[in-house]
Amino acid sequence: MANYAPISTGLRRYKGSWGQTQATHLLRRTQFGARKEDLDYFLRKSPKKAVRELVEKEYPLPPPPINNYNDDKYTDPEIAPGADWTISVKYDGMNNFRRKNSFKSWWLGLMLGQDRSIREKMVLFWHNHFVTETNTVDNALWCYKYNMLLRQHALGNFKELVKAMTIEPAMLRYLNGYASTKKAPDENYGRELQELFTIGKGPGSHYNEADVKAAARVLTGYTLNYKTYTASFDPKRHDETDKQFSVFYDNRVIKGMKGTDATAELDQLIDLLFSREEVSRFICRKLYRFFVYHEIDPATEKNIIEPLATLFRKKDYAIRPVLETLLSSQHFFDQANYGSLIKPPVDFIVGLCREFDVVFPDGAEYADLYGFWEQLRNQAAGLQQNIGDPPNVAGWQAYYQEPEYDKLWISSDTLPKRNQFTDRMVNNGLGRNGKKVVIDLLAFASRLPHPEDPDQLIAGAVKALYSVELPPEDLQQIKTSILLSGLTGMASDHYWTNAWQTLQQKPDDKTNRNGVTNKLKNLFRHLMDKPEYQLM
Amino acid sequence: MKRRTFLKNTLPIVLPALVNGFSLKAWARSSFLPAAARGIGEDRILVLIQLSGGNDGLNTVIPLEYYGAYQSARANIAIPEAKILRLEGVDQTGLHPAMPELQQLFGEGKLAILQGVSYPQPNFSHFRATDIWLTGSDAGQVLPTGWAGRYLNASYPHFPQDYPNASMPDPLAIQIGGLVSPVLQGPVLTMGMAISNPTSFYDMLNDRPAAASNTRAGDQLAYIREMSIKTDQYAGVIKKAAQRVTKQSDLYPAAGKNPLADQLKIVARLIAGGLRTRFYLVSMGGFDTHAKQTDTTDTTTGAHARLLARLSEAIHAFQDDLEQLKVDDRVVAMTFSEFGRRIQSNASGGTDHGAAAPVFVFGSTVQGGMIGSNPVWPEKLTVNENIALQHDFRAIYNSLLEKWFLADSSEAESILLKEYPLLPIIRG
Repeated sequence: MANYAPISTGLRRYKGSWGQTQATHLLRRTQFGARKEDLDYFLRKSPKKAVRELVEKEYPLPPPPINNYNDDKYTDPEIAPGADWTISVKYDGMNNFRRKNSFKSWWLGLMLGQDRSIREKMVLFWHNHFVTETNTVDNALWCYKYNMLLRQHALGNFKELVKAMTIEPAMLRYLNGYASTKKAPDENYGRELQELFTIGKGPGSHYNEADVKAAARVLTGYTLNYKTYTASFDPKRHDETDKQFSVFYDNRVIKGMKGTDATAELDQLIDLLFSREEVSRFICRKLYRFFVYHEIDPATEKNIIEPLATLFRKKDYAIRPVLETLLSSQHFFDQANYGSLIKPPVDFIVGLCREFDVVFPDGAEYADLYGFWEQLRNQAAGLQQNIGDPPNVAGWQAYYQEPEYDKLWISSDTLPKRNQFTDRMVNNGLGRNGKKVVIDLLAFASRLPHPEDPDQLIAGAVKALYSVELPPEDLQQIKTSILLSGLTGMASDHYWTNAWQTLQQKPDDKTNRNGVTNKLKNLFRHLMDKPEYQLM
Repeated sequence: MKRRTFLKNTLPIVLPALVNGFSLKAWARSSFLPAAARGIGEDRILVLIQLSGGNDGLNTVIPLEYYGAYQSARANIAIPEAKILRLEGVDQTGLHPAMPELQQLFGEGKLAILQGVSYPQPNFSHFRATDIWLTGSDAGQVLPTGWAGRYLNASYPHFPQDYPNASMPDPLAIQIGGLVSPVLQGPVLTMGMAISNPTSFYDMLNDRPAAASNTRAGDQLAYIREMSIKTDQYAGVIKKAAQRVTKQSDLYPAAGKNPLADQLKIVARLIAGGLRTRFYLVSMGGFDTHAKQTDTTDTTTGAHARLLARLSEAIHAFQDDLEQLKVDDRVVAMTFSEFGRRIQSNASGGTDHGAAAPVFVFGSTVQGGMIGSNPVWPEKLTVNENIALQHDFRAIYNSLLEKWFLADSSEAESILLKEYPLLPIIRG
């Protein structure tokens, strides 16, 4: 338990100051990194309107992944290069492997190119909630459809999402629902539906093993068709007997049904689950941990979770009102929450590219574009967040494992790798076919206020990169050691100023250009190696 | 796996980052000449003392020989003849009165003063000139590596993958104060680590927790810093070495009074504690004395005098400490600054960027004395006149590599990229 005072702010609407600090906090939490362009855009609005737009505004669904995967060993005979492969239902080892990769890279690309919306962040949230693993599902089309289902419902109705997810092919495959029959009901989904997806394991959760079995029997009868790659309900496999639930569910019974009507049992089961208030608390706690802070103390439970859960129920499990209330609250904008999360790897990597406006090849060069997305995806996987393949059905530990939570992202293995990644993006970047994806520091520094003034340059960089402040002695040391080559005293600042101005006036002066670039590289490598850069 | 693939895959890897001001980053590399194969010179240490800003050499080491010309060229800042400290056995040259300790060290034969150190076509930009000194490049050449970095890279193959190991369990180089300097930059990676300031060093020794853990973000930062220390495989050996030394010279001023002395005190402690680290880099700033270099009423006091007093005091305490700790035979130290200053002073009571300047090399094994002569005075003096080159700074590096680190001349040449003369700096 931490040794600092609890935060007393609640869900009342935040009406305090609205500057770069607050807007960066909001954007880092709701998007992957806070882009300068987006900051400028939202700073022209009020915090209320900014949150509303991020949560409410509807954007069209993204175009599907394409064939980027022809190589010297394989050419897809059905799908042309650059064409949508999700229309195909022909699968074999050769194309499935490549399409799975294509799907995962495409997803990373969506994060990079996200709209001004919380949607992509919610896709990741729901992926971590309704986990499937691409490796286990093992069909690219199902993985894609599952991912699109998350996106369609990301800001919709949670109850509808649970129902749709229950009979989604990827989920039927992942948690064995497709093989659950009246003769041998498979309890896997019936258990996780309650333990991980709806009721949870909080203090108010008291369902028992009989409830797991009863739910499993309700869910018998679904099958997968490996020719059409669709799911269907087979009444012959369905358990037609009555299902008795425990006292936690008020001893209610779901009457056994026959024929295709039996799919209505699922509706009744969902209604039964959602009649327990625990569902709303469980989801609100999870949202809080994802968007605000890992620890929920009694004050937070009382001031935040309870009223949010009440709202969630009142709105019949619509997701938007809960997000909007939480994200525009005094509690969310409480200074104590700035920098209180350790960046998950995807936030770290995608956020870096977006915040530095790193330029990627355009869509016409899709093979290279997908290739770079794949490299970033692999970097995130190296930092222990492999999108599409969480470690198990509970999701990434850092989102749920008490008491460490997000501290688990940082280990003696991943911390050096994080530093290596930022160093690399500053130095040479990623390469592919002679193309380069790298941070342009001269461009970035030029966008900061008064880069010719070493104090303002460092202050601006710190403000752009960190969610916390640096002590003045650190700023001074960074200036002296890095920008001024050891020179001290007020009078020394003009040496940097001269070098910067010479660069503007004589951009062809190579020695000066190298000098300025090297100093900027040293500065940003240092800033991004510091622990402060790991926070958001 | 093919060796090339292996190198490609392991290149670059980063070791531990930064904690409590501890920073160590290291990258894979290829190599050619193992120090272990050479076997000698490996327990010898070089301490580099960087004086940032461009030290006014002419008011540091003063040409008594040309006192009249000296006085008239910089009347507003010239040191009165009677106040100049005399050097034993040397009539024509003296020291700034703020440096009695260096006068004493010279008398004991432990201080070599090299006159007129620079390089052809000297550069007057701080940044560029500093890079030239740190990398050992020519004036018109940009080198991506530091001269010490190149030496370490050649001497310790397969750093960092194969390190620490039995023959080199310690960091190759340590910088105290600041962030890792270009002087320690190897071909791919930096060969050194930095202890950003003395406070962070003592915090680590005393297991003081990182500050600011009483907030949500502070708690996360403290955790990351702690993980960073755990990741830093050298934190433990440094701590152990420092803990072995419980008594140091009384000549050091109180902590915080003289930043250079604070840094050198840590260096002495780590050396005496048994670290086999080859290079230490310490530094002090403030030498960019364009204005009010001296007090107007008394030119022996003021900004520059305070700097020189600190330098002299710190060097004296450090040398005394090394002797008491009985490690002085293993240590040589040198001062350097990116350039000297103009012969003529300016109207603001200061001096502008210049060229050649003296370098101090000291230690119990140093061949004490004056190397070179007073600057040759220009016949017609204008504001643009500079002190002429007598010794290329790389000749000092070369002499230290060959005579102190016992590198053979071809190795020294490959590190310095050219052949330079040997100067009589080291005894024997």
